[in-house]
Amino acid sequence: MTKIESITGTGIPLLLDDIDTDRIIPARFLRCVTFEGLGEHAFEDDRIQDPDHPFDKPQYQNASILLGGRNFGCGSSREHAPQSLIRWGIKAIIAESYAEIFFGNCTSLGVPAVCAPRETLEVLNREIQDHPDQELTVDLTTMKIRCGDQEFDCTLPENARSALISGTYDFLAQLLKSESEIKERAASVPYFTSFA
Amino acid sequence: MSNTKNLFDKVWDLHTVKTLDSGQDQLLIGLHLIHEVTSPQAFEMLRDRDLKVMFPERTMATVDHIVPTQNQARPFEDNLAEQMMSAIEKNCREFGITLLDVDDVRQGIVHVVGPEQGLTQPGMTIVCGDSHTSTHGAFGSIALGIGTSQVAHVLATQTMALGRPNVRQVKVNGELGPGVTAKDVTLYIIRKLGVQGGVGYAYEYAGDVFDRMSMEERMTVCNMSIEGGARCGYINPDQTTIDYLEGRPFSPKGAAFDKAAEWWLSLASGPDAQFDDVVEFDAADIEPTVTWGITPAQSVGVSENLAPISSYPEDEQTLIKEAFRYMELEENQPIKGQKIDVAFIGSCTNSRISDLREAAKVVEGRQVSDHVKALVVPGSQLVRKQAMEEGLDKIFIDAGFEWREAGCSMCLAMNPDKLVGNELCASSSNRNFKGRQGSPTGRTLLMSPTMVAAAAINGCVTDVREMLSAVTA
Repeated sequence: MTKIESITGTGIPLLLDDIDTDRIIPARFLRCVTFEGLGEHAFEDDRIQDPDHPFDKPQYQNASILLGGRNFGCGSSREHAPQSLIRWGIKAIIAESYAEIFFGNCTSLGVPAVCAPRETLEVLNREIQDHPDQELTVDLTTMKIRCGDQEFDCTLPENARSALISGTYDFLAQLLKSESEIKERAASVPYFTSFA
Repeated sequence: MSNTKNLFDKVWDLHTVKTLDSGQDQLLIGLHLIHEVTSPQAFEMLRDRDLKVMFPERTMATVDHIVPTQNQARPFEDNLAEQMMSAIEKNCREFGITLLDVDDVRQGIVHVVGPEQGLTQPGMTIVCGDSHTSTHGAFGSIALGIGTSQVAHVLATQTMALGRPNVRQVKVNGELGPGVTAKDVTLYIIRKLGVQGGVGYAYEYAGDVFDRMSMEERMTVCNMSIEGGARCGYINPDQTTIDYLEGRPFSPKGAAFDKAAEWWLSLASGPDAQFDDVVEFDAADIEPTVTWGITPAQSVGVSENLAPISSYPEDEQTLIKEAFRYMELEENQPIKGQKIDVAFIGSCTNSRISDLREAAKVVEGRQVSDHVKALVVPGSQLVRKQAMEEGLDKIFIDAGFEWREAGCSMCLAMNPDKLVGNELCASSSNRNFKGRQGSPTGRTLLMSPTMVAAAAINGCVTDVREMLSAVTA
């Protein structure tokens, strides 16, 4: 798989707390058997109610780095949420913190979801609003965010970081290697053998 | 002998196949529950890679999110829903998985069906592509919601890659007041610890309040662990757990059951068990609780007024203002007396037989307020059947409730049951997010099923304790 060492692109600001996955992709769009076409419905209901929603603003249409707040992606486990963001064009997320299932989904889809402190997010938020064409870089090798001349620290749990930079974030191939160990382990778990 | 391991660590260690290069553990999964929404793409991933399901007998499928609760005739009126149903039917046939379909009397909400059938047992690792999988922790299992890629991993290998969370013991001791339910306990915990308070943790619920709860009440508490940000929640197995499991279709039988029961009890965290964190609450402080905002932590006791915006920390005030604006509520106002439009009793949190029995006690001999649309949606066909045998359907129907077929219904509204416009719904479900109940501007007040019943009768948020005392007087 592709090694993901850094993502560079323009940003889109959505510095709000507790953005849940129902808001990212409303439930009615989960009536599907593939993830195709979910991109155009990202934040659909929020966009209807807010004519100024960043996902509708022309200056952010080519953005690939999403700026979020605290507890981003809380709620439903639907992988449709990161899938819709990816299909909209998002390649990395910078937020204060994430709900864990959402974070896991992002990682396994090759989207770095890094954490940065509030002060950093506020600076980046201003930068993106003032200079929408300004490129940002999320560098996983140095764990820095670069924006023009400025550089900020960010964090990512080491297991996610190593999976992304080594290109092993789709765990299926690794899991498949352990077939004999899986069967051996199963044989030692009492209920797998019906308590025989 | 000192035993410092808690249940979580005992179960995790038993199921660890190996530690992967990334530092995550490859965890063996004992029970994989699937449903129609988050599985079709996973089966496609298997087909793309020419893989089989490694342990089809450890996977069980049912249908719930998309199922209409009125007209269930096939093909469904909604063509997209019909496509999803056809997909899970085809996938289960092709990959050798048992499906509890709409024509099977065991069908229902996946988190109601698992325990009801005895599929959910202590000491298991349980996953499902649904965040409320945490429900199954009520039995002392590690039960986790997962995404669709992980559904594919589990289908193909019966394992998944996961970092081990810390364990926080959440203790509630003392006596709950009359009319205070398991739902109020869980809403109270989320209010106190916050919607992201549990991030990085599994919650062990302990203390005499949980010890005294029935299995159904424990499921309600564990169900909403995810709303508090916890990766999962659990309660140690005890005699209540064993009594619930005995005689269920998928429970062990005879000598195997005795052996199983002994093992289940041995998994419980001992008195010397270590935790990464411990918090404690007093049961006497909990009253019937109602959410007023757009996250499950934004709640108040029914007798309280909504707090002024200035009382919140400065960095939360933007969100609080937005919650007031969206909900069309005002600071300092009482929540009691707030007029509602819809009353919904159902969802994986509160659609079990005990929920319907308790709500029926409030409803019996009374009438739903004229301006309220009220519905009861049992969590499974078996719950529905049991309720009808007990005459609960008649109590609800006589009072003016709609009596529906089993399904997820208006909890997330992936089916025809939806709020309209900015209707305000008293709901026994688990999420009050913006737009959650199917209308982009719909509004949700979460509360216990008995509180929903009381609100339906009075047409406004009501302190159910006042009605209960009238019943027993």
